[in-house]
Amino acid sequence: MRSSLISKRYFIILLAGLLLSAMSAFGESTFVTKGSRAASLDSCVAPTNVMRRNHMDFLKHGRDDTVLDGVRGLEYSLSECIDCHASTGQSGKAMPVDAEGEFCQECHGYVAVSPACFQCHRTTPEKKGNKYGYHKDESFFVESTSQPAGIQRD
Amino acid sequence: MSKMYYRELYCGSPIRFWSGLALLGAFIAIGLGSAYYMEHNGHWVTGMSNQIVWGLPHVFAIFLIVAASGALNVASIGSVFGGPLYKPLGRYSGLLAIGLLAGGLMVLVLDLGRPDRLIVAMTEYNFKSIFAWNVILYSGFFAIVGVYLWTMMDRSVSKFNRPVGFAAFFWRIALTTGTGSIFGFLVAREAYDAAIMAPMFVIMSFSYGLAFFIITLITAYIWGDREIGDLRLTRLKNLLGVFVGAVLYFTLAYNITNLYITQHHGIERFILLDGGIYTQMFWLGQILIGSILPLYLIYSPAFEKSRWAIAAASIAVLIGGFFQIYIIVIGGQAYPMNLFPGKEVVESGFFDGVVASYTPTFPEAALGVAGIAVALAMVAVGARVFKVFPETLEDPNS
Amino acid sequence: MSKKGDQPSMERRQFIGGTIAAAGAVTIAPGVILHAVADTNQRTEGASSEHRWGMVIDANKCADGCTACVDACNSEHGLTDLGRPETDAAWIRTVKLKDKQTGNISRLPVMCQHCEHPPCVDVCPTNASFKRADGVVLVDRHRCIGCRYCMMACPYKARSFIHEALSDQSVSAPRGKGCVESCTLCVHRIDEGVMQTACQEACDKDGHAAILFGDLKDPNSEISQVLKKYNSVQIRGDLELNTGVRYRNL
Repeated sequence: MRSSLISKRYFIILLAGLLLSAMSAFGESTFVTKGSRAASLDSCVAPTNVMRRNHMDFLKHGRDDTVLDGVRGLEYSLSECIDCHASTGQSGKAMPVDAEGEFCQECHGYVAVSPACFQCHRTTPEKKGNKYGYHKDESFFVESTSQPAGIQRD
Repeated sequence: MSKMYYRELYCGSPIRFWSGLALLGAFIAIGLGSAYYMEHNGHWVTGMSNQIVWGLPHVFAIFLIVAASGALNVASIGSVFGGPLYKPLGRYSGLLAIGLLAGGLMVLVLDLGRPDRLIVAMTEYNFKSIFAWNVILYSGFFAIVGVYLWTMMDRSVSKFNRPVGFAAFFWRIALTTGTGSIFGFLVAREAYDAAIMAPMFVIMSFSYGLAFFIITLITAYIWGDREIGDLRLTRLKNLLGVFVGAVLYFTLAYNITNLYITQHHGIERFILLDGGIYTQMFWLGQILIGSILPLYLIYSPAFEKSRWAIAAASIAVLIGGFFQIYIIVIGGQAYPMNLFPGKEVVESGFFDGVVASYTPTFPEAALGVAGIAVALAMVAVGARVFKVFPETLEDPNS
Repeated sequence: MSKKGDQPSMERRQFIGGTIAAAGAVTIAPGVILHAVADTNQRTEGASSEHRWGMVIDANKCADGCTACVDACNSEHGLTDLGRPETDAAWIRTVKLKDKQTGNISRLPVMCQHCEHPPCVDVCPTNASFKRADGVVLVDRHRCIGCRYCMMACPYKARSFIHEALSDQSVSAPRGKGCVESCTLCVHRIDEGVMQTACQEACDKDGHAAILFGDLKDPNSEISQVLKKYNSVQIRGDLELNTGVRYRNL
């Protein structure tokens, strides 16, 4: 009985210690990676503490709206997270947000939660203007005619 | 009838037991390693492709799942149909059924593209999908057979044995109907899309399950230096003969139906005449080894009391059954889908109109073998821990 | 469902027009309208059962040796060629056929036919395979467990399984190892009001105009007019799946 009490107390102390160190780590640092657009902004699309606590729920709601019902342009969008939070590496290329030391991985590694989004979703910002059409062959768009599509169909 | 005593199965020599278990453990470890290798790299390292989407692991999995429900038959005959000679075998029948199903499900789950999302399969159900029903049927089978074993092993609840036995019997019929229906409902492919698939799978399960039961029962009694009487083995043997004949009959009915339908001549020609490996598997594997050989061993007067013949017949049934499922699963996919009746595909960017090739790889086979090893390991441990096997199965009044 | 004497798609077009004006749109190719990417906070209305999107493909216009639609689809959705044709994804493919009796040659692209009664949706155990209100058949990759039963069930062999880990996906088409996928009818374009699929865009661009995308529920749409005027068939029409993709001259 007694021994279990002691161990419980030690456990609580240990937990408090862990929490304190965690809080101080989170409290002081902004955790935005240098060289990302987010570093130049005051806060994310919602206050930082709200985002920290709820970003996964925002994304989860949004994903169902978009995938199942086709609603786009939502307030919380994963691709925007990445556009804003991905930093630029030494080579001038964008760093994947789930790479070691990058924005997503930094916290997710700390709390040992795998950011499963990136098993399917892109981890770097997509080149602007690449949303539709050929991605590889950029010359495709050069000779643009004014004729609307499908006009010559019988 | 003298009273039946059940006792934990201790192997004659402990070294034999533990080394046997270690061997099974090694097979399981290799299989799990293979599964990790396939999941880590993705399925391109296997023989499976966008044309052959279900490969060797599915053959093993379906084979084991079908055999699992068949293995329960002996218990059903004992408590539902009142066969006194079968009753003492009921406990082992239930244990083997659970083991085989666990092995089969392990293989099936570890071959999913996303086995980490198993929880999704448990929480999201599309009740129009026979797969979703099978998730319920398979997990329910564990529960029902577990309770069934309890009513067989605990005298205080033995009064529920018969109703639970009935429930288990109907559940196992539903389970194999569900497994067969996986193929029966596929309108897209000529080899499937036949309602006969469901009853055929039920009868296949009778045959494979009993073969598994006989071979493991004989092994266990040799292993534990216990006696089995000829009377019981002969009964089991004759029953196996009936089941093998019934599978042959269903195979005949399925193929003759297809031969009548002009649209299905292509697939029949493929399986029966010019499908290469699949044709060989059909005639040599399924028909010769899986049907004719065991029927001969079972019914020939020359082998009337030969245990060797009974064991050989059971193994032949299992080999033939494996080939049969291979032909259904892989052969049915290899034969090209006919998207454009009356047209021949000259060119295609996605292998239209050509027989898909499939070469199984080692990891796939290792995962499948691990499924069998899991089943056997569960049985070996279960029989040692619980009072499953009667002390002796000598013939009554002899 | 369709409103008679009214043109539901016009409202949509107007809405799109408004969005474009507000966002400062760029026209980069015929029929392709790009919003300024910065302004994506315009919440779209989502899929509606007032539309049913589909295609009509004229087999006579499909040019021998041309792979424009396939290339455009691969590029649009970031489908990479890994040099392993057995396991590489193919959302759209070209098929060349010869009539066994007459020797007549025809060529056509085949992709997900976006059935009204899709077998892939029926067999999916986890509801990952689903049909949107506007008739587009999709895979919700958040729920797909990779069992491949839909691939067994699809009469058109339209689905591909992702056999390897991927990176550098397209934002419009997130995709990853272990899930099944197929033609989305360029749903990311539909949702933002771009009334043209990547394959049609490429086919038009090459001057073949074999593919026409549109609203099957709008009687005044070009596709409805074409389908009304000319004979068309469904692939495996015997299955009565009521496909959203129809073929002419096949």
